[in-house]
Amino acid sequence: MEQHETITPAETAPIPIWSGRELRESDKLDVEQILTGLEHYRPRRRGWTWRFGGGQTLGPFQYHQVTDSLQRSIPLPAAKYFGQIDPQPDCVITAEIASGRFEDDLRRMRMAAWHGADHIMVIRTAGQSHFDGLLEGTPEGVGGVPITRKQLRATRKALDLIENEVGRPINFHSYVSGVAGPEIAVLFAEEGVNGAHQDPQYNILYRNVNMYRSFVDAAEAKCLMTWAKILQIDGAHNANATAREAWKVMPELLVQHAINCSFSARVGMPEEQMALSTVPPTAPPAPCLRIDLPYAVALRWLFSRHRMRAQMNTRYIEADPREATVTHVLNVLISRLTTADIQSTITPDEGRNVPWHYNSVAAVDTAKQALVGMDGLREMVALRRDGPLGAAMREIVERAVLFLEEIQAVGGYFAAVAGGFFVDSGLYPERAGDGIVRHMDGGVAAGSIVPRDHDYLAPVCAHYGQNNLPDISSPCDLIGGCTLCHPEKIVYIDELDDEDNAAVRLAATRQHRQAGLLRPEVQWYQDGVVTVTAFFPAAPDLAAAAALELAKRLNLQDPEVLQVRTMHPAEGTLVEVKGVVGFDIDPRQIVIPEKRQLLSAEQIRSQVERQSLRIVAATVGEDEHSVGMREIIDIKHGGLESFGIDCHYLGTSVSIEKVVDAALEVDADAILISTIISHADIHRRNMRRLHDLCLERGVRERFLLVAGGTQVSDELARSCGMDAGFGRGTKGIEVADFLVRARQQGNRHAH
Amino acid sequence: MRADDYAIRRQHLAELTDDELKERFWQLAGEITDPLVELAATHTSPSIERSVLLRMGFSGQEAGEIVTRCGEKGLLGKGAGHAVLRYARLTGQDVRLAGLALAQGEGWDELQAAFGKGGW
Repeated sequence: MEQHETITPAETAPIPIWSGRELRESDKLDVEQILTGLEHYRPRRRGWTWRFGGGQTLGPFQYHQVTDSLQRSIPLPAAKYFGQIDPQPDCVITAEIASGRFEDDLRRMRMAAWHGADHIMVIRTAGQSHFDGLLEGTPEGVGGVPITRKQLRATRKALDLIENEVGRPINFHSYVSGVAGPEIAVLFAEEGVNGAHQDPQYNILYRNVNMYRSFVDAAEAKCLMTWAKILQIDGAHNANATAREAWKVMPELLVQHAINCSFSARVGMPEEQMALSTVPPTAPPAPCLRIDLPYAVALRWLFSRHRMRAQMNTRYIEADPREATVTHVLNVLISRLTTADIQSTITPDEGRNVPWHYNSVAAVDTAKQALVGMDGLREMVALRRDGPLGAAMREIVERAVLFLEEIQAVGGYFAAVAGGFFVDSGLYPERAGDGIVRHMDGGVAAGSIVPRDHDYLAPVCAHYGQNNLPDISSPCDLIGGCTLCHPEKIVYIDELDDEDNAAVRLAATRQHRQAGLLRPEVQWYQDGVVTVTAFFPAAPDLAAAAALELAKRLNLQDPEVLQVRTMHPAEGTLVEVKGVVGFDIDPRQIVIPEKRQLLSAEQIRSQVERQSLRIVAATVGEDEHSVGMREIIDIKHGGLESFGIDCHYLGTSVSIEKVVDAALEVDADAILISTIISHADIHRRNMRRLHDLCLERGVRERFLLVAGGTQVSDELARSCGMDAGFGRGTKGIEVADFLVRARQQGNRHAH
Repeated sequence: MRADDYAIRRQHLAELTDDELKERFWQLAGEITDPLVELAATHTSPSIERSVLLRMGFSGQEAGEIVTRCGEKGLLGKGAGHAVLRYARLTGQDVRLAGLALAQGEGWDELQAAFGKGGW
C-alpha cells in the first residue's frame, strides 16, 4: 500500500507584491471604513493558497515540517525561552468563525490570523440552506452569518488587510450548499472565496433537500468552483457527528467520500482541488488511536491523489475545555502519523456554547503547538502494517466495498438513500435500522428539476452539461461577456433591510467605541460576558447552586453554570459560571503602571566600569529552584555578569543568615534573593526576614535588597522591606538597571 | 435490523490483492455516480437558471423574477438565459434591458411564440 502524498509547499509566495492600505499593529480594525466603498471592491486573487517555504532553522532548532514564518504573529507562551520563534507548520490551519455578526467576526479573524490561522471558515446562519435565492446585506444571523455579496466583500477586504499585516495569504471559506447552491457558487467565484464545502449528500441527508435537485445543482456548483479554483471540502464528516456510535460509520464514510469525489471528477474537477473532510471518529476514554489510526491510514491509501482536511472531533466534546483539548491533540497526532493538508480546529468550548473569541484562538494554538511539537515525527516513527493496523485497514476497506456493492444491487444511489442506507449506526454490513431515510419524490424543492430541451442554451462560462451553443470561442460571446470574464457587470446590492444591518448595529455602539469605554466581551462588542471559576468544598449540586449565588452577589446578570467538575463527591467541585456585567470601565480613570525606560546595556556597562558593583545571590529557604536566579546572573543569558557586575552565587536552599554573612564578607553592594515557593506565604517571610536581619545587624543601609520569584512583585517586595522586587519574566538587564540607578542616585528607593 | 455478516459476504473479496481491492472500490464508485452525472447533464433547476442570469449581469432578485416567470410559461427547459437572449434579439434591445422587461412580466407571450417556431 503506497503512501498518501501530502502537498509540497510552493517555493515562493504566489503573491509577491501586496498593495493597499497597511494596518498598523496598534490600530483596531476600522469596520466602518471596511464597509465603505464596497460597491467598487474587487478581490485581488482567485483560488486556494497553500503555505509556502520549507524546512528551516529557527532559533536553536532545525525544523522539517514548517513553512515561512509570519511577519507579525503571537508565538506560543514558551517561545520566550527560544528567542520568540513562532514556527508555522506545513498544514494550513483553520479557524471557524460563527458569532452571527460579521462585524465582530472580522476582529476575531485578525486575532486568529496572528496566532497562525490561514483558513477562515465562516459558518452560515441557520436556515440559509433552505432559502431559495440569494440573501443581501448584513442582517444578523443565528449560529453564523447570512452569506451575502456584501458580507463576502467586506470579509475579503478585511482579510486583505490582515494578510498584509501577517505576511501570508489567508483562505476565506464558506458553504456551497442548500437549494441555492449554484447561485452561491457564482457569488463565491465572483467574490474571490477560496474554499467551500460542497457535497450533495450533505444536502440530502442533513438538510432534507430533494435528492435529484441536490445532484443536478451540485454539478453546476462544482463546475463553477473548478473555474474559480475554489478548494472543495466534502461533507462526510457529518456522519461522525450524527451517528450514535460514531466509529461504526467508518465504512460508510469511505463510501460518502468516494461518491462525492467520483461525481466531482466526472463533472471536471481536478482531484487536487478536492479535500476530504475527515475526523478521527472516537475520543478517550475509547482507545481512540487503535480505532482511528487504521481508518485514517486506509482513507489516505484509498484517496491518495486527494487532499486531506483533518478535522478535530466534535462528537464527544463536553463542557470541559481541558478534556476537549487533549482529544484534539490526539487528533493532531493522527494527522502527524499520517498526513494532513489542512488541520482544522474545533474550539474547546464548542460543547457548551457558540465559540468565544479566545477559544477560537486557543484551538488554533492547540493545532500549531501540537503540529510543531511533532515536527518530523514520521522520520523517526514508522507505522507497522504487518500487525493489527494492516488487518483493521483491510477490513474497513472491504466493508466499504461491500457497501458499494449493495448500493449497486438495490438499483443505485437514490434507491440506497430511500432504503435508509446512510448514517445507520450499525457497523456495515450490520444494520441497526436507524439510518436517515429520504424519499426520491420528497424533501425541499422536490419536483423542481426540468429536463433540458434539445435547444437548451446557457450563454455563460463555467456552465455544466448539455448546452446547445453555436460555434463560438467562449460561451459568453453571445452576450458580450459574462460576469466571470467582465466583473464590472456584477450588480451590487448594499442592504435590503433598513433596521437589520451592520450600519445600525455599529451606530448603536459608536459612541461607546469613540469614547474608548471598555466592557468585556466573548463574541460581540460590549456583550459584557465574564466567567468566574470557583472551587467549593461541596458536592456537585450544592457547588453549582453556590456558584450561581456567588455570581449573583458579584452582581453578574443572567448567571449560568458552564461546567461542573467533580473532584470528589463529598470533598469538592470546580464550577465555572458565566454572567454579564452591565457597566463600562473608563480608561481615563485607570492608572496603568508605567513601564520604566531602561538604561542601555552600554550605559550600564560603562557605569559599572567606572565604579565596580558586587552582589551576592542565592535561592533562600528550603527551595531548590535555581533556574530563575541563574537566568538573571548568567553571562550566557545576558545577565548581570554580562554588564561586568561581580556576582557571588551561593546556590539554592541557603539560609538568610548565610546570605547576609556572605554579603558582609565580600563587601557586596547588593543582596539578591530568589524565593519561588509561596506555600504558607514563605516568600513574604523570607523577604521580611532578610530586611529584619539586616536591621538587627545594623547593615540595612549598606545593602540594596532585591527579591525575585514567580509570586513576587515590586509592590509586594517593597511592602516586605525590600528595595525592589522582580516577578515572572524578568530579564537580567532590568535588575542591572535598577542596581546601577539606585546606587547612582544614592537612593535605595529609586525603583 | 441485520446482523454483521461481514465474514460471509466478504468471501469473494478475500482473494483480491490490496491494489485490486482499491481498484474495485473506485470502479464501483464510478459506476454508481455515472447515472448521477448523466442526470445533471440533461436537467436544469431554478437555481441553475438563476445562476446563469447572475452571470449575465442580473441581480439575485431580478434573476428570481425571470426564472419564476420562465417556469410558469414552461420555458425553463430552454434555459432562462436563452429566453433573455432570445427576447433581446427579438426586440432588438440589449440583453440587460430585455431581461428587466421580462422580469416585469413583459414579452412572455411573444417569446413563447418565438420558441414555438424553433430556430433563432
